[in-house]
This record gives sequence, structure tokens and C-alpha cells, in this order.
Amino acid sequence: MGNWLNRLLGRDNQSSAQSAKERLQLVLIHDRTDLSPALVETLKDEIIAVISKHVEIDPGGVEINLSQTQRENRLVANIPLLAAPGGRRRPRK
Amino acid sequence: MGGKVLTVTSGKGGVGKTTTTANLAVALAATGDKVVCLDADIGLRNLDVVMGLENRIVYDLVDIVEGRARLRQAMIKDKRLPELYLIPAAQTRDKAAVSPTDMIKLCNELRNEVDWILVDSPAGIERGFRNAVAPADQVLIVTNPEVSAVRDADRIVGLLEAEEKGPGHLIINRLKPEMVKRGDMLSTEDVLDILAIPLIGVVPEDEGILVSSNRGAPAAMDERSRAGQAFRDVARRLKGEDVPFPSLDDNKSFFQRLAARFTRAS
Repeated sequence: MGNWLNRLLGRDNQSSAQSAKERLQLVLIHDRTDLSPALVETLKDEIIAVISKHVEIDPGGVEINLSQTQRENRLVANIPLLAAPGGRRRPRK
Repeated sequence: MGGKVLTVTSGKGGVGKTTTTANLAVALAATGDKVVCLDADIGLRNLDVVMGLENRIVYDLVDIVEGRARLRQAMIKDKRLPELYLIPAAQTRDKAAVSPTDMIKLCNELRNEVDWILVDSPAGIERGFRNAVAPADQVLIVTNPEVSAVRDADRIVGLLEAEEKGPGHLIINRLKPEMVKRGDMLSTEDVLDILAIPLIGVVPEDEGILVSSNRGAPAAMDERSRAGQAFRDVARRLKGEDVPFPSLDDNKSFFQRLAARFTRAS
């Protein structure tokens, strides 16, 4: 009842069980890998630095995330490369 | 190899390890199997009171390990079932009185005597937990549909994997179907999504559990108990039967139970 009323009044748009699940999923990724959110930030900065030494990348577009599938955890890095000056943007067909 | 060692653990305290151990022991013994339960919570013994055997303790686990009692002498027989025994924990000692090697040796001796050895683990992930898990062939992880209990259960899954004791099987205890229905409690599916280990039991919240521990008569002895029924289902799954998970929908199960009672009566 209270929940229904809250939802109607737009006080909260997700159930407490959903929040519990999402919060758990996040905290467990860090528990399982022993990587704190701060450490992930550090990793991100260092990865950008290392890769930038060799290729030009777009530092603003770098995404480093922890992802979880069943009981496997992985660090997923998405690093957009910038085209070399004068280089081809796309390979010819 | 003989008897199978099942360890009941959880990480977090108060989620129902001792209740689960007592009820599974009763449910397995009721099928005619020979069962011994072992309280590995040295210093905080409780399985004896939950089972109603506290007045019959002479020797305990530490007495066996330190050679003051023979195995048989420390096995308290539960007279309500043909082949159910309890080896109580020592109350005035601490976890360090027993080592994982002692537990393995003791359980190996018990394997020759019984079909099932149920080890009730203490809460936590320290010495007592390692003692309880060391002899296990299979580990049952008890959790509640609640953030701290699930987080701790996940920690246990990780530790078991590191010790190569398999992922363990999950028992979700104290589930309140009406709270799940209104979105205020993690559902069985939610917990399974998060922990990703095989499920072996879902036990509904049941006031009868408190009543049964008040009396020292585990709910699995009571045909009408809902939680007791859930524990009997777990026992059958442990024995290899394919038992479907009943819908925990309140109204439905009420009528189902009513129907089941009529069928039994006729």
C-alpha cells in the first residue's frame, strides 16, 4: 500500500528489493575482486598514460568498468583511438 | 567411503545455520538414514538446545579430539528417531582446541558409522569455519533474502572456491512471500542472480520455528509445519530426488496444504 502510494506520488520509482539487488551487485564486484572504486580510477589514469605513450587516444572517451557474468569478473576497458594525422580514417573497401 | 559429510555454514550469524542443521538431521533420519550431527561452534554450543538434547551431554567434541572419550561415548542418541545422534561442542573451550586435521580425522571415523555427518559451522570465516569446512564433501550455505546475509554468503562462496570445496549449495531461509510480492524483499531469483550457485532449498519465514526451538523439537518432526516441509524437501534433494520447488504464494499454498491434508485423511 505505502509502496503503491509512494510510486503514485513519484517518491520512489524502484522497489526496495530492486535497490537491494543493485546495491549488492555493485558491492560484490568490489568484494570479489578486491578492487575499490578509487583503485579503478587509478587504473584508468595509468592505462590512459601507458597507451597514450604509443598511440593517440581520446582520454575523455575511455571507459573502464568491472563487469560480472555469473561468477566471473572482468575488467573491461573501452579505449577510443584517434586517427593518426594524415592517416586513413577507415580502411578502403 | 561410507557416510557423507555435509557442512552447514553462512558467514553471517543468525541466519539459521543451527536450525537448518537440526532440521536436516531430523528429516534425513526420518527417511531411515543413520545421521550424526556435529556442533562445530566450540564455545558457543547451541545445536544441543535446538534439538532438545542439552540434558544428556556427558562428553563433547573436544573430549573426543583430546582422547578423553571414545567416539561412540560422545554420540548422544536422539530417542525420537531410530538413528539420529548428536556430538555436542565443548562450551568452555575455544575454536583453537580443534584443528582442521582433527575434524577430518574425526569425520573419517564417523563415515564408517553413519550415512550422514552434518557439521554445524560457527559464524565467521576464521578458525571455526575452517574446522567445519575441512572435512566437507558438500557445503550448504544458508542465507536470508537480505543484503548483509547475501554479501556474506558471497564471501563464503569465494572462500569455498579457493579451498576447492565446490561452490556450495544454497538454502534461502526466512523468505516472506508477501514481502517479495510487494517488492520489499529480494526474491529467490534475485538471490540466485547475485550468488550464481545451485539452489537446494527455500524455507519460508515461519513462527513455528521459534516454537519448535522453545520446545527442543525441530520443525521437521511436525508434519504440518511449512518450514519443516521445506527442510524435508531439502533432505530429499540431498538424497538425489528431484523435488520441485513449491510456489510460496500464500493463498495457493494454503489451499494446497488443505487439499493435501484431505488427500492424506482419505
